[in-house]
Amino acid sequence: MPAFIPPPLPSDDKRWKIVNGTMRKNGFARHALIETLHTVQSSFGYLDDDAIRFVARSLRVPLSQAYGVVTFYHYFSLKPPGKHTMTICAGTACYIKGSDKLIAAAEKRLGIQQGQTTPDGQISLMTARCVGACSRAPVVLSDGEVSGEMTREQALEQLERWAVE
Amino acid sequence: MTIEELEQIAEAVRQENAKFDYEVNVCMDLACASQGSDKLRDALAKAVEASGKNVLVRRTSCMGPCSSGPLVRVDPEETLYRRVNAGHAEAIVASLGGEPVAELQCDLNDHFDKQVRVVLENAGYIDPEKIDDYIARDGYKALLTVLTEMTPNGVIHRITESGLRGRGGGGYPTGLKWSTVAKAGGDLKYVVCNGDEGDPGAFMDRSVMEGDPHRVIEGMAIAAYAVGASKGFIYVRAEYPVAVARLTAGLRDARRRGLLGNNICATPFSFDVEIRLGAGAFVCGEETALLASIEGKRGAPKPRPPYPAMSGLWGKPTLINNVETFANIAPIVRNGGRWFANMGSERSKGTKVFALTGKITNTGLVEVPMGIKLREIIEEIGGGVPDGHAFKAVQTGGPSGGCIPAEMLDVGVSYDALLKMGSIMGSGGMIVMDDTSCMVNVARFFVEFCMTESCGKCIPCRAGTAQMHTLLTRICNGQGTMDDLDLLVNLCGTIKETSLCGLGQTAPNPVLSTLKYFRDEYIEHIANKRCPAGVCNMEAPVEVMA
Repeated sequence: MPAFIPPPLPSDDKRWKIVNGTMRKNGFARHALIETLHTVQSSFGYLDDDAIRFVARSLRVPLSQAYGVVTFYHYFSLKPPGKHTMTICAGTACYIKGSDKLIAAAEKRLGIQQGQTTPDGQISLMTARCVGACSRAPVVLSDGEVSGEMTREQALEQLERWAVE
Repeated sequence: MTIEELEQIAEAVRQENAKFDYEVNVCMDLACASQGSDKLRDALAKAVEASGKNVLVRRTSCMGPCSSGPLVRVDPEETLYRRVNAGHAEAIVASLGGEPVAELQCDLNDHFDKQVRVVLENAGYIDPEKIDDYIARDGYKALLTVLTEMTPNGVIHRITESGLRGRGGGGYPTGLKWSTVAKAGGDLKYVVCNGDEGDPGAFMDRSVMEGDPHRVIEGMAIAAYAVGASKGFIYVRAEYPVAVARLTAGLRDARRRGLLGNNICATPFSFDVEIRLGAGAFVCGEETALLASIEGKRGAPKPRPPYPAMSGLWGKPTLINNVETFANIAPIVRNGGRWFANMGSERSKGTKVFALTGKITNTGLVEVPMGIKLREIIEEIGGGVPDGHAFKAVQTGGPSGGCIPAEMLDVGVSYDALLKMGSIMGSGGMIVMDDTSCMVNVARFFVEFCMTESCGKCIPCRAGTAQMHTLLTRICNGQGTMDDLDLLVNLCGTIKETSLCGLGQTAPNPVLSTLKYFRDEYIEHIANKRCPAGVCNMEAPVEVMA
């Protein structure tokens, strides 16, 4: 049986080398699928068809299985994120302290549903299952920065600041 | 590395610390950090430099009462300051050697007095990124003692004697699990740490992984020696980037010190650990689903038996324990099984860390002996419900747990008592609800969670949670009938008994417990089309989930 030759990188974008590095570190083993997808998402921001195809072929995983894994886990995104992301925690402690109202207010202000990005690509509105800062509920992540005891006004102010950029 | 060398490192750290007249410890855990404790630490360091005083400013992990954060503790006096910001830095440094800053001082004696710290013994005392800080507080002593003086069976005996039960929620006796894996044949075995803390409202595992990563690593290494494993995995949620970074750094430092790797401590024992990232699937907290995820597959659970102890990762015998379970191991080895068994209640030994959140004055992490009354946790340690509202229920065990009403608060906390009340211990989230929460709405919230998190493999869970959600939505919108309640109870029974894994089997708990203790609220929604807490919108249209 001829030795397996991994497929060429999809383009000369340097980020593919980082992705390839993760796979090489794991000896191109099939169990590195999730690790590699994490690297793709952290390098590119999301997973597109080309990326999934490339990773599946490199790890010799059926494309259906790779796609199954991508869609099974909430953390992986098939769409590019907006320039800014507001993530509102919808865990139990945050819910008890009114995060559903924050989500509704943000949805109304942006005119999109949670999980979507504004048409101009400026702001994504996401929800999280729990970020583990429950003692400061309700919690909002603005581009990854955690703020606790968030009010409706503070959340809308943040969205306003991003919108005028 | 030998015990003598370990002692030398510890002594060097102690001497280094003794050079300072004061220690100013700044809590930099997520809750305090989100309120600017990093700026506070920089300001303190600057103020110390300007004052010329001999002071050590240390970053520490979670001190506990997050609602009072950012927290600062000044040693050796053990003065605790709350709600400190960078502007207070100069006043605090100026006060060293004199009177404490009165306006920042806080009296949380009620909060701390009933707590017993085993898992959190280092929280607030060490810099999580310094392995030597951990060693100075008896870190890795247990591992080296085990490797040089104890047999694997001796270790298992000690853990069995302690009565420790799995802290991930199931409560399976840890010693029994270890001995099953130890007896399993084969030369390749794995140890897996479940750090996929998916229960919303629980964050003790995050705090332990971020605040005391070496405690987890040491616990895993001792377990590996006891069961004969050579390779370990820590499965951490990708939502916890700090925990991943601290564990990665911790593993690197442990390898450098020769506490992981080949022939640890010049013995034949070799062990190393890799980190695997979760990707946001609640079901991966279930052990067989977690193992599938480590293998790079969808996190769908498998029927048991075979149990992972016989056939786990890649078909090899695998020991899988939760973060908090591993965090208990080193103290048990150091202090003996009996010491641990002396704490707690008859069938639940030791202490348990709870994440106290929701409508309660002192939110944060607490560690209490098992058997303590819920009332003591909520009213004394937690300081009760704020703003003059009345306590309604406490929810334990995450989305698989139940809601416990006020009249049951005098029950002591243990695995069995919680199960009897229709809830579970779970990983240790405790969410307090007051009279502004509608229990039907809360039940619907949890069912919605389980519905979206169901992996879809078995029908009772996939279809059953969706039907429960439809029924509950109907009741919340004022369109339910009394027959719906019977239908719900029936459905709950079916889901409980026929689901494949823990997610489905426990998904009905929030519904059953609220139906049991708060049936009047359901009836009020159905008969009078009224939500007593004023939460539910009675005019909303019903969306039927097919």
